[in-house]
Amino acid sequence: MERREQVLRFAQDDRFDILVIGGGPAGIAAAARAAECGLNVLLLDEGADVGGQIWRRRTGSLARGAARAWFTRLEASGATVIRGASVVDAARRADGGFTVTAERAAGALLVDAGVIVLATGARERFLPFPGWTLPGVIGVGAAQALLKGGASFRGKRVVIAGSGPLLLPVASALAADGASVRLVAEQARSRDVGRFALGLWRHPATLVQAARYRAGFVGTPYTLGTWVTAARGNGRVEEVDVTNGRTTRTIACDLLSAAFGLVPNTELARLLGCDRTDGMVWVNHDQQTSQAGVYCAGEPTGIGGVELSLAEGEIAGLCSAGHPGDARALLPRRDRLRRDAATMDRAFTLRPELRTLAHADTIVCRCEDVTLGAIKADWRMRQAKLYTRAGMGACQGRICSSALEFLHGWEADTTRLPVEPTLYSTLTAEPATSAPSANHGA
Amino acid sequence: MSATGALVTMAIDGREVRVSAGISVAAAMLDAGVIAFRRSVNGSDRGPLCGMGVCYECRVTIDDVAHRRACLVMVADGLRVSTHACRPERSEGPA
Repeated sequence: MERREQVLRFAQDDRFDILVIGGGPAGIAAAARAAECGLNVLLLDEGADVGGQIWRRRTGSLARGAARAWFTRLEASGATVIRGASVVDAARRADGGFTVTAERAAGALLVDAGVIVLATGARERFLPFPGWTLPGVIGVGAAQALLKGGASFRGKRVVIAGSGPLLLPVASALAADGASVRLVAEQARSRDVGRFALGLWRHPATLVQAARYRAGFVGTPYTLGTWVTAARGNGRVEEVDVTNGRTTRTIACDLLSAAFGLVPNTELARLLGCDRTDGMVWVNHDQQTSQAGVYCAGEPTGIGGVELSLAEGEIAGLCSAGHPGDARALLPRRDRLRRDAATMDRAFTLRPELRTLAHADTIVCRCEDVTLGAIKADWRMRQAKLYTRAGMGACQGRICSSALEFLHGWEADTTRLPVEPTLYSTLTAEPATSAPSANHGA
Repeated sequence: MSATGALVTMAIDGREVRVSAGISVAAAMLDAGVIAFRRSVNGSDRGPLCGMGVCYECRVTIDDVAHRRACLVMVADGLRVSTHACRPERSEGPA
């Protein structure tokens, strides 16, 4: 099939007041609130549909509850939505506005915008252990994402071993799909998680939800203070070792879901020069970053879940649209949710033993097949890149850099364009002579 | 699994399969029993890891375009996927 190269550029009249990057809850809330203020808003999302990971709909199913309400509100707001667009560059122009380059299956997309709202979400933290590169070893949210993408795990024997509040809902979803969940292993210590669970009493809705997840897979053991140490198999995962630090046992399985919490997607924020604190994008009360005209909302400012993302997204939308007064009423709720998020973060602190799972011959950088032994602990990420090519592959360090930050206490390296692998033709794209209608979401 | 019940025909490494419309290419491949999507630079088999477009482990060739992320592309009638299209040598980027 001949590849159709098509460069789209919005006409000068269509220059957007606000460009929201990322269509999860934070981005949807920001785009809807800003567009409701009468501004010309564009929302770009990489996925086949908006909603992000949390509101991703199972193929053919309808949105419910808050997701449905926000989808409806976004549509009514008048914001333009383009799906299937991966942003590869964002640069400030001399006039203070921004030019953003995105890539779609149909070709490049160039967007001019006065203000940017970054709502780029989070990814899972993967930690290397022997066998983690075997097909059949996936993330925890990954299992959920593949399930929602239409995959079936019916009849599969599954071990879930990692950390964070995602483990139970994913176990429940897999069990509901007909998978046989053999074990759910949370690495955090029971007293830490117990304290967190007690904290849930302050949030009855969360507690009911947790109980429902438990009910979804009655008979499945959920153990605390237990973690995976190795996966083995011939061409695919066939068994895994889990330990509680005293005894290790082997469990046969077809799928291992292993991820250790979430890390924020800060590539675009770093590209735009936004300051960070503890790896998170720094924002002021109005969700504005250290860069004028760049706002940030949701997970990149600190992992906090859907409620916090919505609150931050609404605030970012209103403030970026020049209506900070209207956002004032939302601030106490946001601040309370931030405190709750910090409590949860402490409950799922990663244990130091997880730093010792990878051996010298264990691959750390999966794109370039660089082993842990090839990387010296007293290097910086830049040195690892230059000397070993770790972090230089297709994912651009999104997986190994997050692991090395935990393993060796490193900081992320600087980011430069393109922030995603991209076609040469996208980077050299010239504006089209005629501007198409903006309503051409894939 | 699509509630709409509509089916499309796609080819995985030349093998024709009927799959539900609206599912991801990665989902269709996993359901067809394919677990090795690409071959790493050292030649080992890899399959999806993150499921959400971050890790690039599910890269396959779709309709002759290399390095497409199977987890982000939806199936379509007549769509052709080939695995192991990413050979162990340093690739020169998307076609």
